[in-house]
Amino acid sequence: MNLAFRDIRHKLGRFVLTSLGLSMLLGVVVTMAGIYRGQTADALALLQATRADVWIVEAGSHGPFAEASRIPGDTREIVARMDGVSEAGSLTLQTVQLVQGDRRLRLQIIGYEPGRPGGPATLIAGREITSNRYEIIVDRQTGLLPGEALKLGRRTFTVVGLTSGIVTLSGDSVVYLTLADAQQVQFDLAPPAARREQARGAARGSTDLVNAVVARVSANIPASLIAAEISRWKHLSALTAAEQETLLTRTVIERASRQIGLFMTVLTLVSAVIIALIVYTLTLDKTRDIATLKMIGAPDRTIIGLIVQQALLMGVSGFIIGTAFVYAFRGVFPRRIEMLPADIAGLFVVVVLVCLAASALGVRVAVKVDPARALAG
Amino acid sequence: MIAMPDQPSRKPLVELRNLSKHFGEGQARVDALRDVTLTICSREVVGLLGPSGSGKSTLLNAIGCILEPDQGWMRLDGEVVYENRWLRGNLRRLRLEKIGFIFQTHNLLPFLNCTDNVAVVLHLAGWKKSAAIARAHELLADLPVDHRKVAMPGQLSGGEAQRVAIARALANRPRIILADEPTAALDSVRAGIVMDLLHKLAVEQDAAIIAVTHDEKILGRLDRIYRMVDGALSS
Ligand SMILES: Nc1ncnc2c1ncn2[C@@H]1O[C@H](COP(=O)(O)OP(=O)(O)OP(=O)(O)O)[C@@H](O)[C@H]1O
Ligand SMILES: [Mg+2]
Repeated sequence: MNLAFRDIRHKLGRFVLTSLGLSMLLGVVVTMAGIYRGQTADALALLQATRADVWIVEAGSHGPFAEASRIPGDTREIVARMDGVSEAGSLTLQTVQLVQGDRRLRLQIIGYEPGRPGGPATLIAGREITSNRYEIIVDRQTGLLPGEALKLGRRTFTVVGLTSGIVTLSGDSVVYLTLADAQQVQFDLAPPAARREQARGAARGSTDLVNAVVARVSANIPASLIAAEISRWKHLSALTAAEQETLLTRTVIERASRQIGLFMTVLTLVSAVIIALIVYTLTLDKTRDIATLKMIGAPDRTIIGLIVQQALLMGVSGFIIGTAFVYAFRGVFPRRIEMLPADIAGLFVVVVLVCLAASALGVRVAVKVDPARALAG
Repeated sequence: MIAMPDQPSRKPLVELRNLSKHFGEGQARVDALRDVTLTICSREVVGLLGPSGSGKSTLLNAIGCILEPDQGWMRLDGEVVYENRWLRGNLRRLRLEKIGFIFQTHNLLPFLNCTDNVAVVLHLAGWKKSAAIARAHELLADLPVDHRKVAMPGQLSGGEAQRVAIARALANRPRIILADEPTAALDSVRAGIVMDLLHKLAVEQDAAIIAVTHDEKILGRLDRIYRMVDGALSS
């Protein structure tokens, strides 16, 4: 005969409402963990989609995602000629903000050379860019579909292909143009003064700047070797994909983990306090029943079991409902929510521990209940 | 008032020597028990009478080991459990095994149905579920409240609740049964049934039964009557 369960069944409505309330709270904790993982995944999405082994940027820069980097357009040819490099491609990167219909879009424009590394790895719809002019591949997060038009600067681009899940560190969608188009957009969108200056520079024949060059190395050559060799050239820095990944994750972890970690800790503490209060009030409500149980001879084990089991049932069902809720609605959340089984398991353990700790207060009260209370009219 | 002569086979189950208990201090001091000495043997149904506030409930609580006396000596079923302090660590186990309570207030667990309110005692004593349920049904039928087997306590009348509480007190076949106004909520027919049952029990289980009562209709069915006045006992 499980007393905890019987008592819950007797007051099912109250239990369900309490669990639902807790599920909201614990759902937010689960969401936080999901956002954190989502941000890490987002940060690496572009890097992984590019499938480059070495990233070449301006000397002293930590890569195109971290800092501004400008290198001459002929760098790609020099890199491509190196021993051990199988192919190389130039990239430009630029963030633009624009209004499309009634929506405000923040886009990361990548200019690449079709046929060379740097373009989108896989498309979920449409095709690669074939014509050199005014074609664009967008991420499906933009909401654009193949055949639709998008105005960037003074030109209108036609969407020809769709990618999925390629976003930046801050969650902006990535779009791909040819290198030439991207450079043109960069020029069109630059502030007037800079544009004038650039136009003057153009007369001197130095507009051909790119932000990075990516290279793939032959299978049997370590990327770090090539990166080290390129880094010896004084105007360039080279990072392997692994280094780039570490840099990006560290950035995210430094920024996101502190905020999200703080939030999760506070929410977990709040949940603990709330569970403790609920258990405490439930125990107070049951003082008389606990006294009766003691009077008919129930040992403390039975009484503590009653309280701890109820706390666990409440916390665990709240956690399961909350997690199921987040899982079901993660698609409509504006940011990517990545629910890793290991994280969910970890949070489950935390919830169980929180429930146990939160029962302490109720258990203390219950153990002290005087069996003679059962007789008080 | 029938004083039964002691028979050789009768064992003293409840023995008290100079048991005292007071509440409050100074002006507010109430001497609820004053040097209470008494012996109750197996197969005895003893009545405890006295005006309100005379200490009847206090005496039952002390015998039931849910109220610690100030001083004195108490032996239950051959075991000295109190001598100016508790001598036994696990009083709850003692209650589970030897003592059955029937109260003025019924104290049924509101989240268990009638059968389970009785069976819970057997569950705590380690009985198998089916045996516990069977015993509960048997007791409910004796009282008789078996027509309310699956009802929740909240749905019972006062008398029904009291009979379920009696069934619970008897479930584990305790040697000592303490009853505070067991028939207060019952009409004379049912009060008679309950008293018959208590008598039957006293004989069958070799038990001692102490019942506080104001109930004129059951006075004649008691083996012995004690009167309490201001915490002191007289027979
Ligand atoms: N916990 C307590 N604290 C203080 N005083 C108490 C306590 N319990 C009982 N008393 C006092 O002790 C005296 C005896 O109380 P008790 O409950 O034993 O009376 P009773 O004979 O059972 O009365 P009734 O017939 O009304 O049930 C009363 O004066 C009561 O006020
Ligand atoms: Mg009383």
